[in-house]
Order: sequence, then structure tokens, then C-alpha cells
Amino acid sequence: MQAKEIVVPTSAISMLRKPDPLSDTQMTVSMGPQHPSTHGVLRLELVLDGETVIRAIPDIGYLHTGIEKTMEKEKWQQVVTVTCRMDYLNSSGNDLGYVLAVEKLMGVEVPKRVRDIRVLLTELNRITSHLVWFGTHAMDIGAMTAFFYAFTQREKGLDLFECVSGARLHQSYFVVGGVRWDLPPNFLDLMTEFLDGFPSFLDECKRLVTGNKIFQRRTKGVGVISKEAAIDWGLSGPTIRGSGVDWDIRKSEPYSGFDTYDFNVPVYHDGDVWSRYLVRMDEMEESWKICKQAVERLREPGPYMSDHPKLKLPERDLMKKHIDVMIHHFLLASEGFTVPVGEVYQSIESARGEIGFYVVSDGGERPYRVRVRAPSYVNLSALPAMVEGSLIADVVAVIGSIDIVLGDVDR
Amino acid sequence: MSILKEIVSAVKEVIEVARTTAQGMSVTLSHIPTRKETVSYPDDAVTIYRRFRGEHFLDVNEDGKERCVSCFLCAAACPADAIYIEGAEDPRPYAERIGMDHRYAKVYQIDYGRCILCGFCVDACPTDAINHGHNFEWAVYTPGELVKDKSYLLANKWREPDVIPTDKQLPLAAKQKQDKLNIILK
Repeated sequence: MQAKEIVVPTSAISMLRKPDPLSDTQMTVSMGPQHPSTHGVLRLELVLDGETVIRAIPDIGYLHTGIEKTMEKEKWQQVVTVTCRMDYLNSSGNDLGYVLAVEKLMGVEVPKRVRDIRVLLTELNRITSHLVWFGTHAMDIGAMTAFFYAFTQREKGLDLFECVSGARLHQSYFVVGGVRWDLPPNFLDLMTEFLDGFPSFLDECKRLVTGNKIFQRRTKGVGVISKEAAIDWGLSGPTIRGSGVDWDIRKSEPYSGFDTYDFNVPVYHDGDVWSRYLVRMDEMEESWKICKQAVERLREPGPYMSDHPKLKLPERDLMKKHIDVMIHHFLLASEGFTVPVGEVYQSIESARGEIGFYVVSDGGERPYRVRVRAPSYVNLSALPAMVEGSLIADVVAVIGSIDIVLGDVDR
Repeated sequence: MSILKEIVSAVKEVIEVARTTAQGMSVTLSHIPTRKETVSYPDDAVTIYRRFRGEHFLDVNEDGKERCVSCFLCAAACPADAIYIEGAEDPRPYAERIGMDHRYAKVYQIDYGRCILCGFCVDACPTDAINHGHNFEWAVYTPGELVKDKSYLLANKWREPDVIPTDKQLPLAAKQKQDKLNIILK
């Protein structure tokens, strides 16, 4: 008897095809939405032939929060309280994207200290986000211990966020025109303490997971996506840098003063899970380098908010003494400010890739429309191209390697 | 010959896997004598930073009069519409009334089912009446219990570890007696 030939489709059109009902070897399996390795509520419809994945169809929408619509209801300054709830692992990055977009539309220049605070916190957030990825990715593949060490370090990073902004995950610390409060006096020392302990932790990770032969055999040559395909799918972030494309918004379109920092963009060329793993591990080291430089720059005091009269709430002492300042405070706190008519696109490099904010203003006190280009959503769309033809156990590794956050996918 | 080569490579592979696994194991073993990072929470106090945005408390001034003048600015600044206020007038002289101004909040409710703890109400308040406390233990059985009223929010002030009532505040604090929070402020 002749073995049946399996045709493995790799194009997006394959998603539209139904499984062959007459085939006795194919089977459709639902993976998720409650599967621990799907990192949230992602459902994958897998068509299997034995253990081989013929087709994978991601089914999203289980975590739809309507955040883009909610933004239209909030005032310009209040929107930062919902942006951080989209990609909850990289919340300050989301805030930064929105805040930069509105500042671009208003033509506001922020002080140098504000830019450095923003760089420091987004890079710290990149580290904590990658630590979650590192822990869960290793655990998906079967290495349990790495998870605990990664989360121990992440706790220390989140404590720093609590120290500076009052919240561990949903900071809402960046606002249009600056940051809400100045850094606490002991923050830079705590930050230095964290940064000093970080290289030895990374070294441990390398001995624990990177050097592990079993981990390498589970990841090398798995979930390959070529350079051309990665560009065609519109991937961004570590996922595209693992395919050999040197594309980083921090370098190509520098924002918030990233062009004044000295760092490298790690690029690996194999396009498999292992390459993406190495990119993220190296990125943590680069983020550590940027944080180090930012801490040194923040040693000297300066203004934490731009002097724009419509953005900065008045000094509290003045506000309590003078009635006209009080009236100004009331207007700012209740009505907020207006933004000139226009539309703007601003993208930044979040931990997952290019997160872009397309903000439209009709001159009112609320955004007319905010559209978010979410990196997880675009990266997830390439999942079928990566897993079709591989084994079902590799699907878990590939989902871990593109590091999706379902809050970011569904918004 | 080729079979021999395969056996040799397989043995090499096994040795390599065993070596790298042992290397990882050495990391795990090296962690055993180090200090524990976990806190056995309900028994031990957790460390919390001062800026932590926890459950709010409504402040009173040094004479024990409520600071809230019912200006509705916190409700206007709230992105989640979590604050409900009913204002009223209290024409009595300063010594007798409960607020520090003629105007006071008859009803002041925060719905913690809606509140997102962003702190915009605290930034907006012109009289420093509403503040973020450090309480985070608020598990309840029904959503209705998440709506906290004024007396609860006023009593929250005395739960803060570093708040010591002044002489004039003492009778009020004794009336609203609450256990101190089991936290260490850093």
C-alpha cells in the first residue's frame, strides 16, 4: 500500500479551507482557550494527521475588552489609564506610545529629564516583560525551575515600579507632557541595586536553560519563518529580528531620546524558536545597558513635567492660596485640555514589537478615534505559517517564542 | 562501521545531555543555602512602598473635621465613574459641624468594582480630602459589598501604619476604631 502524501499548505488561504470530512487520518482538535500553554485565552483549531499539524487556525476574541472604544469616551489625559491595560506585561511602553502620539499632535517638547525617566522605565518594563516570557517559555517546554527564578527577578522589577508610580502593573505614570510625579529620592539607589544583581541572574539563566542540550533540541529548527516571509507577514520586534531582519524602531525612527543611548540590536538569522530565544536573551542585556546609562543621566535634578500651562496641574500651595489658580486647577481636572484638529501616527518598540497609535482629534477634549497597531495581533497571524507541517508538541514552543499577550491581541 | 559511528554519536549525545542537565542542576543546588525571597504573607507583614495606590481614605483636618467640601472634582476626574457624591449644606458654626466648611458630602461612595486605582481623584482633590491608603485586602462575597460608604472610607485613615491621631482627633479615631494594616511601609 502506498503511503498517503500529505500536502502542507503554508499560505493564509489555507485558513479558509475546511478539513476533508472523508479523510480517515485527519482529526480536528481544539487547543485552548483554557490550555495553559496558550498564554491566556487563545483558541487554536488544529487539523492533525497523527502528530503532524496540517492546519492551524487561531481563534481570537475571548479577551475582547473594547479598549479602543473606551478611549473615545475618556478625556485626553485619562486615556493613559486604559492604554496600560491592553498589553499588561509591557504597560509603560503602551502609555509611552499614546503619550508621544498626543505630544506630537500638540507639538509639545518635553524636558530632557522626562525623556530619560521614560526611557529608564520602558526599558525596565522590557526586562520584566521578557522575564515573564523567559519563565513561561521554558516552562512550556518542560523546564520548571527557570520560571521561579525569572519571577523572583521580575518581582524585584515590579517593586521598583511600585516605588516610582504606586502600582506594579498598571502604572499610568506617563501623562501627556511628562510624568505624574518626580522620582522618589531613594529610587535611583534601589534601581542601581537591582541592575547590579541582574547580570549574575542572566548568567544563571544561560547555565540553566540556554546551555541545556534538551532545550536546544526542542527549539533548534522549529517554527522556522524565512526572512522574506517574516517581512511579508509584517512581523516586528524580536520575532522578526530572529529571522535576520535588523528592524528596531528605537534605531530606525528614534523616539524619546533613544538615539543618544549606546546599545546594539541583536539579530539572529535562523528564523526558528532558538533564534528568537537568543534575541530576547540578548535584548535583556541591552536593556540593562540602557538602564545603566539612564540612571547616570537622572542623577542631576530637573523638571518632571513640561511647562505647558494646559498640561501641568498648578502647584498645590499656590492653588490653595489664590482663587484664580484654583479655577485653573478646576478647569484642568474636570474638563482637561483640547488638542488641535489633526491625525498622527506614532509607533514605538514595545517588548513584543512595533506598537503604533493612530490618534485622530476633532479639536475636542476627547480623542475622536484611537487605533492601535498591536504587535501581538500581527505576530500571531503568522503562527499558522510557522507551525504547519511540524509536530503538535512544537506548537507550544512556537506560541511561547512569539510571546503573545492576549490582552494586546484582542484589545 | 557506520553502525559503530552511530553508536558513538548517540553515546556522545547522551553524555552531552547529562552534562548540561547537571550544569543546570548545579544552579538549582547553589540556590538552596540562599535567603528565601517569599513572604509567608498572612503571618508575616508585606513590605509596601509609600506611593502604593491602595484603598482610599477620606482625610480629616487637625481638628477632626472632614476635609471634603463636596466639590465633585474627584468624580469629574475619575475615568471609571466610580465615585458617587451627594452634597449638602451644614449652616452650624465650625465647632459643631462635621465638615471643615459649610458644604460637606452627605453621601460619599466609591465603587471598588469600578475603581481602577489610577489616582487621578487624589491629584484633582483641592482640599487633600481623598488619599490613597495602603490597604489591598478587599475580597468580598457579593459585588454590592464593594461599594464603600463614607464612614468606611473615613475609618480607613486610622488603619494606616504611620498615622497617629492628634489630641483633637482622638475621640473620632476611638469611635472609628480599626485594626492597623499588617504591612511595613518602605
